Amino acid sequence: MEQTETEALKAELRKHGILTTTFEELYNWGRKNSVWPLTFGLACCAIEMIATTMARYDLARFGAEVFRASPRQADLIIVSGTVTKKMAPQVVRLYNQMPEPKYVIAMGACAISGGPFRDGYNVLKGIDRYIPVDVHIPGCPPRPEALIDAFMMLQKKISEQQLTGESRPRHLHSELPSEFKVPDYGEHGLEPTENAEVWNPLKVIQ
Amino acid sequence: MKAQTINAEQVKAAIEAAVPGCRVELLHNGSPSAQHSLVLDHEHAVEIAHFLRDDAELRLDFCSNVTGVDWLDTEISEKVKTKKLVDGVETEVEEVKKTTVPGRLEAVYHLFSMEMKHGPVIVRLRTGNRTDDVRVPSLTPVWRSAEFQEREVFDLYGVVFEGHPDLRRILMWDEFTDHPMRKDYVAPADDDEPLHAAAGERAR
Repeated sequence: MEQTETEALKAELRKHGILTTTFEELYNWGRKNSVWPLTFGLACCAIEMIATTMARYDLARFGAEVFRASPRQADLIIVSGTVTKKMAPQVVRLYNQMPEPKYVIAMGACAISGGPFRDGYNVLKGIDRYIPVDVHIPGCPPRPEALIDAFMMLQKKISEQQLTGESRPRHLHSELPSEFKVPDYGEHGLEPTENAEVWNPLKVIQ
Repeated sequence: MKAQTINAEQVKAAIEAAVPGCRVELLHNGSPSAQHSLVLDHEHAVEIAHFLRDDAELRLDFCSNVTGVDWLDTEISEKVKTKKLVDGVETEVEEVKKTTVPGRLEAVYHLFSMEMKHGPVIVRLRTGNRTDDVRVPSLTPVWRSAEFQEREVFDLYGVVFEGHPDLRRILMWDEFTDHPMRKDYVAPADDDEPLHAAAGERAR
């Protein structure tokens, strides 16, 4: 109720040429319009990701045209493609090297679940087993529109993040981790097979 | 221009003439492609390979592909007619005789000639079994293009190539101990069973 009154007051003031905002709103507005992704492609989804940044789909409209070649300068990692078990530790390490606040989009069937290679011996069954994923996009590969939709969803998520209070995001909780366990190469597969801190699959109720 | 086909029997005869004491077995391929292959013995394999590459008639200068094959132990049952005494009378009885053919691993090489524009000549090397006798001679010293593919066969099938300059795993990591392309390989479950079990339950 209070919120809508504030909104109504703001709208009234705007009619008189007075703009009001909160620090949180301004801060999140700035952040959500300058999300710089990491230059990082894994498979065929990367081709769609590249197409998304080019003139026809033009991800620059959303402030995300600057793909950074270093994880130290990136805000977002788009896991675009099949994550093999041999590649998974490197993906987690790149994520760990990014500064907070950082976000993850898992793009395509492979990145979210292993996709058509799920029953194989060498493909990770979803990157969300090791790093926290903000937006999952299904598709094989997803069209550029789907990536833009995921990107807008991420922008919405960023604009709704609070700077204070219990529900504040991970990077504002000093006690929460910003680095996650890099899996080791084991004798039969990756060890551990998932990070229980991150991975919360839906329980099947029979 | 299409590559000219090459007669495997003639190649076999040429090898036997050039490399004394070698044992080459011709393996028939009954499919319409009729790509027969030659099984080489380990002792003379490298010598034969040098002959195939350098002979003026053959000039098989290009090894286009190396692959592995896994043959499991197979049981062959044949019906055999034997004579037996039944109630004091000698009668012919049909019996099922079972023989087990031991499993083995195989490396298969496809050879072409760029110069003569012919091929393929298919060459096979066989291991003794699938467990402890998994060695075959490497043909990388003869055809450099076999290097990575022999490493792949070593990685995925576990065939050990003797004389290979750098025999390491190429696709899986070094700590990995299994050979995933073997027919009896089972991938680790990775906590998938609850979902699969639920799907099966619903299907019923």
